[in-house]
Amino acid sequence: MNERVYRSLYRIRRVEEEIARIYPSDKIKSPVHLSIGQEAVSVGVCEALRPEDVVFGTYRSHAFYLAKGGDLKKMMAELYGKATGCAKGKGGSMHLVDTAHGVMGASAVVGTTIANAIGYAYALKLQRKDSLVVSFFGDGATDEGVFHESLNFAALKSLPVVFICENNFYAIHTSLMYRHKSTDICALARAHGITAERVEDGDVLAIHEHVTRAAKALRDGSSGPFFFECLTYRLMEHVGSNEDFHLGYRTRQEAEPWIRNDQVKRFASMIDGERRRRIEAEVEAEIQAAVAFAEESPFPEGEELFTDVVEG
Amino acid sequence: MERVLSYIDAIREATDQEMQRDLSVVVFGLDVDDPKAIQGTTRGLMEKYGRERVFGTPLSEDAMTGAAVGMALAGLRPIHIHIRMDFLMLAMNQLVNVAAKSRYMYGGQVRIPIVVRSMIGKSWGQGAQHSQGLYSFFMHVPGLKVVAPATPYDAKGCLIHAIRDNDPVMYIEHRILHFQKGPVPESSYTMSPGKARVTVKGRDVTLVGISYMHSECLRACRYLESIGIQAEVIDPIWLSPLDIDTIAASVHKTGRLCIVDNGWTTCGASAEIAALVTERLQGVKDVRVRRMGFAPVTCPPTPLLEDLYYPNGRTIASAAHDLVTGTHNGWLPDERLDLQEIEFRGPF
Repeated sequence: MNERVYRSLYRIRRVEEEIARIYPSDKIKSPVHLSIGQEAVSVGVCEALRPEDVVFGTYRSHAFYLAKGGDLKKMMAELYGKATGCAKGKGGSMHLVDTAHGVMGASAVVGTTIANAIGYAYALKLQRKDSLVVSFFGDGATDEGVFHESLNFAALKSLPVVFICENNFYAIHTSLMYRHKSTDICALARAHGITAERVEDGDVLAIHEHVTRAAKALRDGSSGPFFFECLTYRLMEHVGSNEDFHLGYRTRQEAEPWIRNDQVKRFASMIDGERRRRIEAEVEAEIQAAVAFAEESPFPEGEELFTDVVEG
Repeated sequence: MERVLSYIDAIREATDQEMQRDLSVVVFGLDVDDPKAIQGTTRGLMEKYGRERVFGTPLSEDAMTGAAVGMALAGLRPIHIHIRMDFLMLAMNQLVNVAAKSRYMYGGQVRIPIVVRSMIGKSWGQGAQHSQGLYSFFMHVPGLKVVAPATPYDAKGCLIHAIRDNDPVMYIEHRILHFQKGPVPESSYTMSPGKARVTVKGRDVTLVGISYMHSECLRACRYLESIGIQAEVIDPIWLSPLDIDTIAASVHKTGRLCIVDNGWTTCGASAEIAALVTERLQGVKDVRVRRMGFAPVTCPPTPLLEDLYYPNGRTIASAAHDLVTGTHNGWLPDERLDLQEIEFRGPF
C-alpha cells in the first residue's frame, strides 16, 4: 500500500515539476494549474476506487487524472497541443479526459462538473451498476449555486457519489474568509442532509480510509452521497509554474506547516531505500518517455479544426 | 383517412414511442410528473415507465442541465423539459460551456445526446419573462442543434430525431402551436436536421416564418392573394443546421425576402438568414430584404401594446406588399376573421 501511494504521489509531483521546468520554453502553450502540494487528496481518493469508477474534476486537473490512471503520454502530448494528446490537442491542460480510465473530464468554469457528476451517478443507479462517481472541486466551487443545487439533488435521490472538496483556502487569490460568512464547508453539506467529514492534516492514508469506507458502503447498497472536505495547500501560483508568495495575499509562513507535512517526503521516508530508488527510477523513465512522446508527436492537421463539432 | 393529432399529442406520442424503443431515454424537468403534465405532453409517461425514468426535479435548472450532461456521458438519452424558454437562462453555462463543447474539447472521446425541450409563450399577459424566443443564442454556438417545429407532424418527427441524435438538440416549442391539429402518422418517423419545407409555392416574394411566425406568414399569404401577390412561404424547421439552400433557391426565384422571426431581429435568426442569403446571391440576383420580429422592447403584458409588439399576418402582408411593389403607401389589409384558425395541414 505505502509503495503504491508513494509511486502515485511521487509520479504526480515529478510530472508537474517537469511541466514547470518545460513551461518557460513555451512548448506547453496551455495554462497549467499545478497541484504541487495538493497531490495527497487525489491519491488518497483514487487509491480507494476501482477502474470502472469515474471521476469528474476541475481545471487543476493533472493530479486526479494521473491518480485515476489517466494515460501520462497522452496527457503530456495534450499539454503540447499534439494530435496524440488525450483530446487531440483540442482540450489542453484544463480539459484532460481519459474515459477508458474513468476520467470523465474537467471544466475551467468553477463548480460545473459537480452537476455532471451527479447526473452520471443518477445513471449508474438507474442502470443498477455498483460503480460510483467522485466529484472533485475546490473551496471556490462552494460559492457557486450549482454546488448547492447538485448536493440537494444527490441527497434527494441518494446517489452513489462521493464529493471531495479540496479546500486550499483560496479561490485564485481570495481567501475563503473573504467569501463566506461561515467557513464551515461541511456544514453546507450537512444542511443538505449529507454526511460530511473534514480531514484536516492532508494525510493521504486518512483520506484513503474515509473514501474506502464510503465506497464500500455505497457498493453494499447504503444510500449516498458522502462528502469529505480535505484541507490542503497549493504551493505554486494559481496558474503558471512559479511560487507567488511575493504577491502578498498569503505568506510563506502560512505554507510552512504544509511544507513540513509534505506527503511525498513523508512516504519517501517510509519506504526502504533500494525499493524507493527503483520506484523513482521507473517513474523518471516513464516521465522522460512521455516528454519525448509529446515532443516527437505531430501537431493536428488543419482539417482537425472542423472535426468533433458534431457527429459525422 | 389520415389521423389527426394535436401538437401536444404528437410530442407525447414521440416521447412514448422512443421510451418504449430505447430504455436509455429518460424524461425530467420541473413538473413533468404533475397533474398538468407539461400541457399534457408527458401525460401517462411516469405511470408507464416509472419514477426513475420520468421524474420531476427541484427548481435547479443549472444543476439539472449539468446532470443531463452527466447522464448522457453514462449512456442515457435524457430529455430535459422547461415550461418556458426564459428559464434556460439559468442553464446557459451547462448548455454553452459543457454540452456544446464536450465532444470537441475532449477530442471526440464523448458524445452528449441530450434533448432540451422549451416553450415560448405568447398572449394573455405572458409579459417580460414568459415570452422570449431566444433560440438565436443557441444558433450562435457550435455543437448545438436547434429545431423549432411549427406543425404536429414536424413536432413528432423532429423530436424522434432529436432523441436519437448523438449531439445536444435544443427543441423549441411555442405555446400557441401546442393547440394546432394536423395529420400525424401513428408509426415512427424522423425529420432530418437541416431540411426546410416550402409550405406554399409562389413567385413574387419569399416569406420565411420561424416557429409560430410560420402561421402568421400563412395568414399573410392569404391577404396577399387578395391583391394578386403570390407569396412563397418557407418553414425552416431546423435553425441549426439551417437549410439555406432551400431559402436561397426561393429568393433566387422571387428576388424578395421577408424573414419573420419569433424573436428580436438584432443578431437574431432573421439576421443570420438575411446574411447567408445575401452572401449566396450577391452578384447573382438583385434581392430586396426585410426582417420582422418582436419590437425591440421588453414584451408588455397589456393587450394593446402586446398586439403592437408582435408581427402578424396583416403587418407581414403589408411589408411583403411594399417589397413587391417598391412602394410605402401604407397598405394594410382589413382583418379577416376566416383566417383566425389557419394551420398548415400538408401535404408533406
